[in-house]
Amino acid sequence: MRRIESCFQRLADQKRKALIPFVTAGDPVKEVTVPLMHAMVDAGADIIELGVPFSDPMADGPVIQLACERALAHNTSTRDILDMVKTFRETNADTPVVLMGYLNPVEVMGYEAFAKAAAQAGVDGVLLVDLPPEEALDVKPLMDAQGLDMIFLVAPTTSDARIKLIGQAGSGYLYYVSLKGVTGSATLNVDEVASRVETIRNLAQLPIGVGFGIKDAESAQAVSRVADGVVVGSALVNQIAENKDTPNAINDAVGGILSAMRNAMDQ
Amino acid sequence: MSERPDFSAFPDARGHFGQFGGSFVSETLMGALDELTAMYARLKDDPQFRADFDYDLAHYVGRPSPLYLAERWSKQLGGAKIWLKREDLNHTGAHKVNNTIGQALLAKHMGKPRVIAETGAGQHGVATATVAARLGLTCQVYMGAEDVERQKLNVYRMKLLGAEVIPVTSGSRTLKDAMNEAMRDWVTNVDDTFYIIGTVAGPHPYPQLVRDFQCIIGREAREQSLKQAGQLPDALVACVGGGSNAIGLFHPFLNDEGVAMYGVEAAGDGIETGRHAAPLSAGRPGVLHGNRTYLMEDDNGQIIETHSVSAGLDYPGVGPEHSWLKDIGRVNYVAADDQEALSAFRELTQVEGIMPALESAHALAYARKLAPTMSPDQNIVVNLSGRGDKDILTVAAIDGIEF
Ligand SMILES: Cc1ncc(COP(=O)(O)O)c(C=O)c1O
Repeated sequence: MRRIESCFQRLADQKRKALIPFVTAGDPVKEVTVPLMHAMVDAGADIIELGVPFSDPMADGPVIQLACERALAHNTSTRDILDMVKTFRETNADTPVVLMGYLNPVEVMGYEAFAKAAAQAGVDGVLLVDLPPEEALDVKPLMDAQGLDMIFLVAPTTSDARIKLIGQAGSGYLYYVSLKGVTGSATLNVDEVASRVETIRNLAQLPIGVGFGIKDAESAQAVSRVADGVVVGSALVNQIAENKDTPNAINDAVGGILSAMRNAMDQ
Repeated sequence: MSERPDFSAFPDARGHFGQFGGSFVSETLMGALDELTAMYARLKDDPQFRADFDYDLAHYVGRPSPLYLAERWSKQLGGAKIWLKREDLNHTGAHKVNNTIGQALLAKHMGKPRVIAETGAGQHGVATATVAARLGLTCQVYMGAEDVERQKLNVYRMKLLGAEVIPVTSGSRTLKDAMNEAMRDWVTNVDDTFYIIGTVAGPHPYPQLVRDFQCIIGREAREQSLKQAGQLPDALVACVGGGSNAIGLFHPFLNDEGVAMYGVEAAGDGIETGRHAAPLSAGRPGVLHGNRTYLMEDDNGQIIETHSVSAGLDYPGVGPEHSWLKDIGRVNYVAADDQEALSAFRELTQVEGIMPALESAHALAYARKLAPTMSPDQNIVVNLSGRGDKDILTVAAIDGIEF
C-alpha cells in the first residue's frame, strides 16, 4: 500500500484526522528544511507538504510569495528539494511527503526524469496548483508508474461534474480549497466548508484535506470535525518569516503552533 | 513547412495549438474559464454580437484605420514600399482598444459589474479604463511599480478615466507581476469580476478570443492592400510582446502562402547579453500564466527578468499561437534591440511626421533592414500598433532632458 493511503487508513482506525503542514523548502535557508520536517513530525504532523518555490506563484498570497522569494534568493531548486526528502527519509520511513508547487519547475526537469527522481528520493505525491486534471493526461501515467500520487484541488467554484472527474483523476487525497482567494486569505466559513465537504464525499471516494484560511488551533479543530485532513500553510510560514534571521528558533515556533493544533484536533 | 495546416481550426476545443496553449490555472478559475468559453462560443457567430462589435469599432474606435504608404521613408531606404497600418490613429492611441471593446461586450453579456486588467505600457490599461467608463463598470488596473514610474502619463490618464491603478511591487515589478496580481484578484472576486486580458496570452479561451477581436487589423489590411497596392503584401512586420497586434495582422493572411511574416521581439541590450525580452528567439517551452509557450526561464524553471526600453514588450512569455507558428515555420521571429528601436522611432518621426510607440518602433526597426533587401515593386505592411506620445518622457530621459 502507498504511504498516503496507509496513513489515512491508520488515522481512520484511530478515529483521528490528518494534520498536514505546508512549508516552502529552502525558506529561509536550505539547511533549515530537513530538521524542520522532523520537528513538525514530532509536533504531530501526519503528512508534510513541501512547497517547491516558484518565481511567479499566482495562487499564493503575500506570505508564501515572500517565502518563495527567500528560498529562490539562494536558488533552491527542485533537485535540491529531492535531496532534502532523501535526507529526511534516512531517519523517517513513514511520514508521507507531498511536493506542492507550480508546474514549470517540474516540467523543466522532464516529467519522466522528475517522477523517477522523486520516487527514488522518497516522495509520495505531487500537487501542482496550475495543473488541472484535463492538462495532466500525459503526466499522470508517468507519476503512477513510479507510485506517486497526484493530488488535485477542488474549489468552492468546482461543479459536481468536475468533482467527479477530479475524484477519478486523483489519488492519495483531494485538497479542498476552502475559499475563493489566494493562500493566507482571512476568512474561513466552517459551515460552508462542512456542506461542501459533504457534497464532495458523495461524488468522490478519496479522503478530503481542507486548506486555505486555517491559522490556529480553533480553526484546525473546527475543520477536523468535518474533513479527513487539515492543511495549514501561511500561519507556519509567518513564523518562519518572523524568525528568518534566527533560524534556530524556527523549529520551536512552528512546532508550537502544530502541537496546539494537534491537541485541539485530538480532543 | 511540409503540409499546411488549416489555421482556422486552431486552437482545439481545450485551447491547444499543437503542444502550446491550454488552461494551466488553479481549480478555482476552471469554472469561470469554462463559462467564458461557452459564452464566447455562443456569441462569436451571433449576428447581434458581431453587429454591436462592428458598430463600436466604426463609431467609437474610428475604424477602419488607414493603410498609409510611407513614401518618403520607403524611397530613403531604397527597396520595397513600406505601408503602415495606422493602429496609432485608433481612439486611445493603440490597437489594444479593439480587444477591450470585444471583452467589455462579453462582460456585459455575462452581467459582471467589475473589470480588472494588467498593463505594461499602460495602453491596455487605458483602453480598459476607457471602455469601463463608457459602460459604467468598476475598473481596477494592475501595473508593475517600475512601469508606473516609466509610464506616468498613462497612469494619470487611467485615473482621469475613473480607474484605480494598483502598483505591483512583487517580483520584477513589471508586466508579468501585474498579470500574477490580476490573476490573484480574479481568483478572489471571480463571481462579480471579468478579467480583461490585454494580449493573446493567458489560459484558454483568451488567446483565441483576443486574437479574434484583433483580426480586424489583418482583415482590413488585406482588403486595403488589394485595393491600394493592387496586390497582397509580400511581407508583414509586427512587434511581439504578448503578440496581440502581431497575430491580429498575421492571422487573416496565414493561408496566403506568398506572404512572409516577421514577428519582432525586443532584444533589449542585445540577445547575446541575456538582457532582453525575446522568448521566441532565445527561450524554451514552459508553462506560465495559464498556458504552455516559449518562455524566458533559467535551468530550474524559474522565470527570469526581462529588459526592454519598451514597457509593452517587457514580458517573459508570448502568446501560445506564436510558439506554434514558430515551430511549424509559418512565421519568422526576429528581434530588434533598444538602440535600433530608438533610432527607428526618431527616423519615422522626422521623415514621415509620425511618432510611433516604442513597441511599434521595434517593428519599424526590422522593416528598415528588410526593405532594402527587396525590390521597389514589392510591398511590406508594418503594423504601427500605437502612437508614441506615452513614450516622450522615456525618450526625453534618454536625451538627458528633464521637465
Ligand atoms: C502600442 C503597443 N504595441 C504593442 C504592444 C505589445 O503587445 P502585443 O504584443 O500584445 O501587441 C503594446 C503593449 O502594451 C503596445 O502598447
